[in-house]
Amino acid sequence: MTRIVIDPITRIEGHLRIEAVVEGNRIIDAISTGTVFRGIEKIVENRDPRDVWAFVQRICGVCTHIHALASIRAVEDALDIRIPKNANHIRNIMTATQFVQDHVIHFYHLHGFDWIDVLSALKADPVQTSALARSISNWPNSSDGYFRDVQTKVKTLVESGQLGIFANAYWGHPAYRLPPEANLMGVAHYIEALTWQKEVAKIHTIFGGKNPHPNYLVGGMASTLNMDDNSVINMERLNLVKTKIDEAQVFVDQVLIPDIFAIASFYKQDLYGGGGGNYLAYGGIPTSDIREPESFLFPSGVVLNRDLSKVYDIDLKDPKQIQEFVSHSWYRYDDPKAGLHPWQGKTEASYDGPRPPYNNVDEKKGYSWIKEPRWQGQAMEVGPLARFVIAYARGNKEIKGLVDEALHRLDLPVTALFSTLGRTLARALESKYLVNQLAGFYSNLVANIKAGDSQTFNGEKWEPEKWPAQAQGVGFAEAPRGALGHWVKINNGKVSAYQAVVPTTWNASPRDDSGQKGPYESSLLDTPIVNEDQPLELLRTIHSFDPCLACATHLLTPEGEEILKVRVL
Amino acid sequence: MSESESYYQLARRRGVTRRDFLKFCALTGAMLGLDAAEFPKIVQALETKPRLPVIYLNLQECTCCTESLLRSAHPLIADLIFNMISLDYMEPLQAAAGKQAEEVRLKTMKDYPGAYLLIVEGSATLGDGGVYCTIGGKSSTELLKEVANGAAAVIAYGSCATNACVQGAYPNPTQAVPIRNVVKNKPVIDVPGCPPIAEVITGTIVHYLTYGKIPELTNLGRPKAFYQHRVHDNCVRRAFFDAGQFVETFDDAGAKQGWCLYKVGCKGPTTYNACAITEWNDGVSYPIKSGHPCIGCSENNYFDNTPFYTRLAMIPNNAIGKDADTIGAGLLGLTGIAVAAHAGMTAVVKNREKNGKESNHDKNRN
Repeated sequence: MTRIVIDPITRIEGHLRIEAVVEGNRIIDAISTGTVFRGIEKIVENRDPRDVWAFVQRICGVCTHIHALASIRAVEDALDIRIPKNANHIRNIMTATQFVQDHVIHFYHLHGFDWIDVLSALKADPVQTSALARSISNWPNSSDGYFRDVQTKVKTLVESGQLGIFANAYWGHPAYRLPPEANLMGVAHYIEALTWQKEVAKIHTIFGGKNPHPNYLVGGMASTLNMDDNSVINMERLNLVKTKIDEAQVFVDQVLIPDIFAIASFYKQDLYGGGGGNYLAYGGIPTSDIREPESFLFPSGVVLNRDLSKVYDIDLKDPKQIQEFVSHSWYRYDDPKAGLHPWQGKTEASYDGPRPPYNNVDEKKGYSWIKEPRWQGQAMEVGPLARFVIAYARGNKEIKGLVDEALHRLDLPVTALFSTLGRTLARALESKYLVNQLAGFYSNLVANIKAGDSQTFNGEKWEPEKWPAQAQGVGFAEAPRGALGHWVKINNGKVSAYQAVVPTTWNASPRDDSGQKGPYESSLLDTPIVNEDQPLELLRTIHSFDPCLACATHLLTPEGEEILKVRVL
Repeated sequence: MSESESYYQLARRRGVTRRDFLKFCALTGAMLGLDAAEFPKIVQALETKPRLPVIYLNLQECTCCTESLLRSAHPLIADLIFNMISLDYMEPLQAAAGKQAEEVRLKTMKDYPGAYLLIVEGSATLGDGGVYCTIGGKSSTELLKEVANGAAAVIAYGSCATNACVQGAYPNPTQAVPIRNVVKNKPVIDVPGCPPIAEVITGTIVHYLTYGKIPELTNLGRPKAFYQHRVHDNCVRRAFFDAGQFVETFDDAGAKQGWCLYKVGCKGPTTYNACAITEWNDGVSYPIKSGHPCIGCSENNYFDNTPFYTRLAMIPNNAIGKDADTIGAGLLGLTGIAVAAHAGMTAVVKNREKNGKESNHDKNRN
């Protein structure tokens, strides 16, 4: 029995540490630790609620935009602000854009090297690589000369002795299963995706002025529409949006999806990493309005124990449903066993971990800056797989069709979804689902403008005099990594309390008082480890969740606040 | 180091023609705002130097700076990291993990003492003995000191690294501080912004790569090439400011004609950044152009210089008025806003900016 430590877990956002106990080439226990903390929820207290989106947007720059969206929705919910149709369409375009961009970056740049062996690509025959590429896609960059150039590029890098980002990885590990030609194709698409992703992000720049961190506005969007003026959003700007949507469609259809199927076909026997089997989605991307759940592209709900025959409804405002616990987190409650709904969320730092530098955490005590969110006491996985499982169980035709077709192509049963590979497959299918919707969102926007509506902002309740003295609201969205909720309380025009429960808080959560492990921890339990010095399979399972640690660990410390007052003032 | 291949050799070996190589050099030079006479220096640097070893640390941050770096259009990020520099350590991108990742970092520190470039994204945290951000079980602030010790220079990349950004806003629960508060023994180049524009950071890196020294800096320690002008100076909506044509509320008739956003809170007049010239995402737009006021994300303490949507809020030494309306009313009554009022207002802004700059400057260096 060996206890291994992987810290830093690289190719993620933020700082994550995994300790795992390995026996007989299997992981028998796993400990997930979030090791960074910033305190943003405390920082937004007493601020103008209209400003808060900009603060909490900085929870994460990879999930850029989605925290801003959840925040303005929370304020709009609290103050009963309705947004114009155009604003909803623009928000949808931006949301779907971010999903597609983020999922592609995740697959190639964060997750890719868990499947693709870069050094093996040096052994590939460019002619056969070309034949492979042309057999699965019409993507034009597929000549043998093209793949030979890519191979030469990797070769010169390796021969220079300066391997840069490729240095000292697990190359040659027996858990890599692709033939050299598929590896070479993967490396080529890694580089192409790196160049492509910056193009689709331009859609955010048009409506939000920049990416990362585009601008938002409570009550709508600040990007003004006027088809008869060239200093705001007019047809030229919309055409640029449409062009980028079309390019995204081609990239997903001709590169991402064929790659996923090609790679999955070599790994389809590796169906470990399924984890606890509970799935949660708040639902989102409203084709009409966030107040109309029937218009959501992703249905909400909960599936327990992989049982697709029953979907439970979810209520974000019910104090008994979503609660956060702190039994193994570095926070203290009055009642250490209590679970608190975010509107009652109370957080007090209580670091009882080892003093740095340290070798191991102690899972019997607190061991993470991440809290333990639970739905009716149950740990929940969130993300593309959760959304697809719930939509599948709810009978969503389009999603069910995508899943059934994929499983048929790979000759896998539906239970294969409950795995590391299933998580990765669901994320790719979701990219396809949303890139298909993007053109529709664009058409909705154009049609609404054509019908004579160019409004993007509702200013009726912009001024604080129009607000009730006390209000509370919840804003939610499906983020690329899963269900995202922001809960706000407003008192006399200022934020009096703010809590965000984010996707990676659900997924990376430590165990709770009853010993129930979080999704990362439970998904590692049946993950094989061929070589304890090179835990490739562990990385593969953790990366399949697309960890985002800055999101997960941003809670507050009243004690730290006192220290600071002395220091700064 | 001298045994390594130069960028030019690598480029030639992978089939880039000399003509394309020279074109690339010219584009890089133009982006840096260099005179054409300087281009041969870029050519020479890239022809003869090995790929610069770079260690990139992610500390207390949100990774928006990493994401922005990936958006670079000239040079393309793939060209930067595969052909121009050797990005030996960068958690979000590197293939190695855990102890193998740390081994690479240590090897670069050992093989290139005093010669590698350190880029830091994120703030240092001084609270509670470093428990608010650990990497490999180590306090990230200690790690920063260790890596900075052997670096040739340090780029503090993004507002977390230059001014502690959102986590440094009141009440700063983790005692987040800028990099230059911790790294005192090396030149620190501040490249602020939340995040900075992609071509601004890659431009700064290529400048260093080309000339082998840090670029000329403003009195706040930022590259002059990108931070010596206010966003306001070159703003696409500037003519409306000068003409007194302001958006009064979002989406009003003025907004639909692209009028100035000063009265809905724009911080362009007090923000030094390249947004209005370089623009974002390969020149597509920037916040003001897309209708939202600048929030001043490259300025120190911008999250405490709020609320965002009210002009002149919480600005020290503001003796005249609270916003453009008040100024207009004071000078001319409510009938309209004339050029004379705005000349006066610009003077107020300039004066305030000078004062604000000095106070931020002091705080950041304490």
